[in-house]
Amino acid sequence: MHIDKLEKFWIWLTTITAFAATGVLGFYALHLNIHPPSNVETIDSSRLHLSKEFNENNLGVKKNADGSVTVTLVAARYGFFPSHIKVPANTPVKLRIASPDVLHGFHVPGLNFATMVIPGYVSEVHAKFPKTGEFFLLCNEFCGLGHDHMWSKLTVTNK
Amino acid sequence: MEKMHGKNLILANMWVAFTFFMVAILLGVFQVLSRAGYVPGLQIPELYFGSVSTHGVIMGFVLTTFAIMGFGYFAAVNSLKMNIPHKWFGWTGFIIALTGTLMAASMLLSGQASVMYTFYPPLKAHPLFYAGAALLVVGSWFWAFHMIWMMNKWKKENPGETVPILMFGTVANAILWLFTSLGVTLEILFLLLPWSLGWIETVDVGLGRTLFSWTLHAIVYFWLIPAYLVLYAIVPKEAGGKLFCDEMARISLIMLMVISVPIGMHHLYMDPFQAAGWKLVHMVGTLLVALPTLFTGFTVLAGLEIAGRLAGGRGPFGWFFAVPWGKPVVLAGMLSLLMLTFGGFGGLVNASYSLNALVHNTQWITGHFHLIFAGTSIIMYFAFAYYMWPKVTGKELFSTKIALWQLWLWFIGMLTLTLPWHYLGMLGQPRRISSSPYPEVVREGWALQELGMFIGGVILMVSAVLFIYNLLRTHGNTISVAPAFNNVECLNPAARMPALLNGFGFWTVLIFFYLIVGYGYPVLQFFLMETHGVEPWGI
Ligand SMILES: [Cu+2]
Ligand SMILES: [Cu+2]
Repeated sequence: MHIDKLEKFWIWLTTITAFAATGVLGFYALHLNIHPPSNVETIDSSRLHLSKEFNENNLGVKKNADGSVTVTLVAARYGFFPSHIKVPANTPVKLRIASPDVLHGFHVPGLNFATMVIPGYVSEVHAKFPKTGEFFLLCNEFCGLGHDHMWSKLTVTNK
Repeated sequence: MEKMHGKNLILANMWVAFTFFMVAILLGVFQVLSRAGYVPGLQIPELYFGSVSTHGVIMGFVLTTFAIMGFGYFAAVNSLKMNIPHKWFGWTGFIIALTGTLMAASMLLSGQASVMYTFYPPLKAHPLFYAGAALLVVGSWFWAFHMIWMMNKWKKENPGETVPILMFGTVANAILWLFTSLGVTLEILFLLLPWSLGWIETVDVGLGRTLFSWTLHAIVYFWLIPAYLVLYAIVPKEAGGKLFCDEMARISLIMLMVISVPIGMHHLYMDPFQAAGWKLVHMVGTLLVALPTLFTGFTVLAGLEIAGRLAGGRGPFGWFFAVPWGKPVVLAGMLSLLMLTFGGFGGLVNASYSLNALVHNTQWITGHFHLIFAGTSIIMYFAFAYYMWPKVTGKELFSTKIALWQLWLWFIGMLTLTLPWHYLGMLGQPRRISSSPYPEVVREGWALQELGMFIGGVILMVSAVLFIYNLLRTHGNTISVAPAFNNVECLNPAARMPALLNGFGFWTVLIFFYLIVGYGYPVLQFFLMETHGVEPWGI
């Protein structure tokens, strides 16, 4: 088989680049523990309002004993509930979110805070916000005719 | 006038592809207009989401599948210099696929299937939509088996000979398609169709999405491989050069075929129901599949350089100006590579396990796949049409000048459309919105980009009209040309191609095992844990 010298060089160069990229991302993942929001946990979406965690009275922001914060949200046609949440900056935040109806997307532009919300499953995202300010949650997955109108507010306050 | 064997079958497939393409283009223009909000009365969600769904299904499934089938028959007849055995077999596939397309299209156009081309359960479409989509896929399997059959027949009749690269790649694509289309077919047959008919009450959305992701990545290579094949087998030849290295081309095609199927979970990075470890495994494959594309870029540019030097170009860059850019297929090759380069950078961001959160489901994604699909791939479909139409019809192309304008307009239009989209995505604009009724601070910086999107969309429509016009007029052209086709020559032809690079037996087994590794447990897990299905929802 004949492979030209220049081509061999290119093959090596690109292969090393690809492995380097894999290495960097692998380092972030395995060493710094930065992962996409995976959470294999099921829930009965049709009975969400009856569940202990996602019933109306349990939603919102809660402070935990260790100083961290848990946010429990429901994403439903066409809003995030409760519709305005306030979380402190520089504090570990755990978001738990579920949908009683169809697919939704949860995304806060400017904060890289995002997950899909899939009926039948509970999404969980961990974050820590470095800056204070007003942000917006946009639903970024097509969820029905009112999809465009599905957004709400997130305020990051001083600690 | 000499008539090419298989002419009717090739042209029937091509015209179905391009007729639907034109419909989808018009829908696309409506969508950019609606999103930009220039005509407030036009912002009707029912219309917009119906339109997006139709545009996506037509461009992704109909245009591509039929054009690829037409391409495949052209490649087989010409590169193997062989007649199509049992043509009725190809016609059967064509009719099944067309029936399915018409079923799905009628549901889409009547607003009964506005569930996006990704199906999105628990949104429910009319059962005829799912059945139609399944038939389209089944019809294409006839084509895939026909390609494998023709290559094997030729090998039997020509023992020891090297399968021409055009046919080799076409069969690689057929095998890739058989494996990759299985995911969506399983989703339709076992989940969506019985569910939409009311035979089963609920579907597991996680399982449905996992099966769809199995199809969703490699389908992009199904669309892209014909474009690469034009770059490998037709562009260097038309430019007056040679294929730089036949073996490397084959290795790239095999890598695309083997690696691209079990990596679809990068579409699920943001989904909860798959463990992070699996996403990481799929990311490694995703980054590796960039390699054959990088090899392709090298080989094609080298082929063009050979052409430029043979034409008298000197020095490190002189050859570039000696390449015959006045030939549509050569020009398209260069424009395609440029868009592939831009799109490839964006793709690395999407593929990055931890960076994906920045762009997921934003307009960036729409920008990315329009560059790779509508840009890189479809411009080569145009180029291929310009190349093959005279050969198939025996009539000279109506206007080379219009063809060159058309290609430039497509390139410029695509960049005008997609660069603003990338930017909008970074600003956080979601994809698939019919309007943007957000607070002013959220919309900051969007207006100018949306203007770019609108202008880009209009340029693309003009380009598409020129394309169709040119092909239609070619049928009526009175100047005849001979349907001669010659396989590309290689700079250093292999005396005898190693069996591994001249057939697919070993590689097919390898895909099978890789697929089990990549998707075995992620699919199985839904049967091992207690899941809760979801009932159908309307839009
Ligand atoms: Cu939503
Ligand atoms: Cu993909």
